[in-house]
Amino acid sequence: MSKKEWPLWEIFIRGQHGLNHRHVGSLHAPDAEMAVNNARDVYTRRKEGVSIWVVKSTDITASAPSAKGPLFDPAESKVYRHPTFFDIPDDVGHM
Amino acid sequence: MYAQMVKSEGMKSSEEMSPEERAFQDRIDRGEKVEPKEWMPEGYRKTLIRQIGQHAHSEIVGQLPEGNWITRAPTLERKAILLAKVQDEAGHGLYLYSAAETLGVSRDELLEKLHSGAMKYSSIFNYPTLTWADMGAVGWLVDGAAIMNQVPLQRTSYGPYSRAMIRICKEESFHQRQGYAIMMKMARGTPEQKEMAQDALNRFWFPALMMFGPSDKDSVHSAQSMAWKIKMNTNDELRQKFVDETVPQAEYLGLTVPDETLKWNDKRGHYDFAEPDWQEFFEVIKGNGPCNQERLDARRRAWDEGAWFRDGLTAYAGKAAARRAGASVAAE
Repeated sequence: MSKKEWPLWEIFIRGQHGLNHRHVGSLHAPDAEMAVNNARDVYTRRKEGVSIWVVKSTDITASAPSAKGPLFDPAESKVYRHPTFFDIPDDVGHM
Repeated sequence: MYAQMVKSEGMKSSEEMSPEERAFQDRIDRGEKVEPKEWMPEGYRKTLIRQIGQHAHSEIVGQLPEGNWITRAPTLERKAILLAKVQDEAGHGLYLYSAAETLGVSRDELLEKLHSGAMKYSSIFNYPTLTWADMGAVGWLVDGAAIMNQVPLQRTSYGPYSRAMIRICKEESFHQRQGYAIMMKMARGTPEQKEMAQDALNRFWFPALMMFGPSDKDSVHSAQSMAWKIKMNTNDELRQKFVDETVPQAEYLGLTVPDETLKWNDKRGHYDFAEPDWQEFFEVIKGNGPCNQERLDARRRAWDEGAWFRDGLTAYAGKAAARRAGASVAAE
């Protein structure tokens, strides 16, 4: 039964000109073209987008939940990467 | 509700939990979202599949009572609106099926369980839609009752379910308002039209109250689902909220809620109201409602008669892929 099931596609929509495409959900379709057609009906019934990307779910490589620590914790101690780390006297003016 | 009497797992005390289970509960208590690949108790996963699956089935089967009136809508505008609403229900079903699939169940498996009767959909869709006024009553009362449950579920602990709910809630308000607009039109129309509106309210009031399910204030299943934040309120809380909001709306229409015991209770700050006939509810759940057979037959027929179309698209996709592969070989 599931051998006949259409593959799953992840859908990305650009909401407005100038914005990134954002992941909005997924759907089943036999091929990429039908995935775009279906995405238009399922995810943009109220003008939610100006452009659609579809990617086969199996083509996405995701980081493992257990990798959250090693991947993202090191940034925690590097607060100097944010501009507010540095005190600039008011006399200097806007910077 | 759209998911009624979903069986959850028995509640465990903090001491009975494994370290993993305790860490999981702590995350939920902190308001963190659980995402598909993360560790979760098997009971959480199974309960969610049942709940989201049943919710999805309700959206899909819910298209049928309204689909009944698309070709007979009184104006072209009403027809376009009803079509848009029914299309939304299909969309809602698809969002929810996708959310359920992230828990490791396949779409075909879910559909198979719907068609075999192994999984349920909301009891409300086993009632017939006899007149155009029913389109008003369904939008106003049925979608209204669904909203009561879906708004808090936007904060549910499971990420994909929560995101589907947020998307659905954005669209659901249109459904309720278009229903109420139909009721306003009918209630202010000819005496016959007003009579039809009253009749629709009479028939849908108690089935709408049943949507929330029987009282669950003492249910251990409910307690576990609430601890997991996949159920946000008790059935009684939501039913009371629905009655409190709906009664003034009926008064505005000049219609009478078919409950002689209905009365504002100043002390409680809520309406007192009659319970629906739970015997009828259990009969409908068991498959003995007025339209159970018709609904399931329609679903099975749509699935079976659509098989050639699904197969055709699959065959075309296969051929097109082979052609593309052939073309790139020839170009080398």
